Amino acid sequence: MSAAAEAAFFGAKVMIVDSDLRLGGQLIKQTHKFFGSAFERAGTRGFVISDMLLDELKGYGDRVETYTNCTALGYYKDDGVVSCMEGEENYFKVLPKKILVATGAQERLIPFPNNDLPGVYGAGAVQTLMNVYGVVPGKRILMVGAGNIGLIVSYQLLQAGVEVAAIVEAMPRIGGYWVHAAKVRRLGVPILLEHSIKEALGKDVVEGAIIQQISPGCGFIGEEIHVDCDVICMAVGLNPTCELLWQAGCEMKYIPQLCGHVAIRDRSMRTTNPNVWVAGDAAGIEEASSAMVEGRIAGLSMAHELGYVEDKEYREKSALYWERLNALRNGEASAKIREGIAQVLMESSGGMER
Amino acid sequence: MELIREHPVLEFRHGRLVKFTFEGREMEGFEGEPIAMALHANGIRVYRETPEMKRPRGFFCAIGKCSSCFMVVDGVPNVRTCITPLKEGMRIEVQRGKGKIKLNHEGDPK
Repeated sequence: MSAAAEAAFFGAKVMIVDSDLRLGGQLIKQTHKFFGSAFERAGTRGFVISDMLLDELKGYGDRVETYTNCTALGYYKDDGVVSCMEGEENYFKVLPKKILVATGAQERLIPFPNNDLPGVYGAGAVQTLMNVYGVVPGKRILMVGAGNIGLIVSYQLLQAGVEVAAIVEAMPRIGGYWVHAAKVRRLGVPILLEHSIKEALGKDVVEGAIIQQISPGCGFIGEEIHVDCDVICMAVGLNPTCELLWQAGCEMKYIPQLCGHVAIRDRSMRTTNPNVWVAGDAAGIEEASSAMVEGRIAGLSMAHELGYVEDKEYREKSALYWERLNALRNGEASAKIREGIAQVLMESSGGMER
Repeated sequence: MELIREHPVLEFRHGRLVKFTFEGREMEGFEGEPIAMALHANGIRVYRETPEMKRPRGFFCAIGKCSSCFMVVDGVPNVRTCITPLKEGMRIEVQRGKGKIKLNHEGDPK
């Protein structure tokens, strides 16, 4: 949405294809207020940011065309055609001049017996249920993972009136921000470090779980603890969704700090396929704030390539966005991100960006 | 339906209430909301049965990426119910195995 808004601002025509029923990606399920500076709309709740972006896009009228419940299925390298599917059965083809892959991420699952039982849900799925559609996810939840997502979703569950039995975290420390951890601790939810799920219980659906302490060598030690729960919420990380980038022949690299295979890109977020750009979690798992700035950079660059932006303005605006991006990645918590980005950022071919 | 009645931050605006069937049983849900969410609100957790091990599956990612919530909807198999909007009168069935894809009618070999 950020890239579309940026490109449309300069006069480019944009077609947005999104597999979900509405635009906004994961923002529509974020009820917490964002960090960062005023630029990134700090202090604003995620779903409100999504509404603001939607309004911005509406301002460009026909220049931005939107297809929801529409999945981009394949990129055909020979001619650059993208095949799309509206709903489950209506196929059509598009030939865009430039393409941005902002496909986000998908939830990870860890191995344990019965991890396929109904009721073992990704954290994003639980958010969709309760924050987007107002459906009670379950009676009592076991949260697996104490990173930001595990902590935030636990708090959101409590807000929705759902009991959280415990948060288990295999690492010896809390991965998310302390402010989020403190909120759930104050409400009495135990965060069990060096603990993980050993098994999900139940025949047709989740009826409970066994958790246990983990030794430094990653084996289970101590006594098994039985947890009464009907939903096991997995917040154990994300992988970039990058199939289209592979299909487009973009040079890819496995970067653990960015949580999977990501495209090599230059400072304009352009990949090694000159017609393909990448932004957001698809470019490496990070945060929504930086995803939005990356989108702006990509949209600006695509519009520039199409001749809609003067060189001078392009250079100035690009520098401004990079300043914001660097500021967002400046903190101690972003050390990993900085390491990851350093491994995939290539010198720009045109030397325009700096 | 198991819906959140009170929330400190969110206000839920649902659409029109419509009737649909799940395994022949009549249920109610909100038009335009994903089938998977409507089923969950009706207490349904098992959406399909795996082809080999015959294990029950529900949804997992709820964003159309993981294939866990495939069901048969109005006779069409492999429907991603987490991102397919509910419509009045939909026939929704548990998908057992791979599902059969309907062939085109005779004289309509498109």
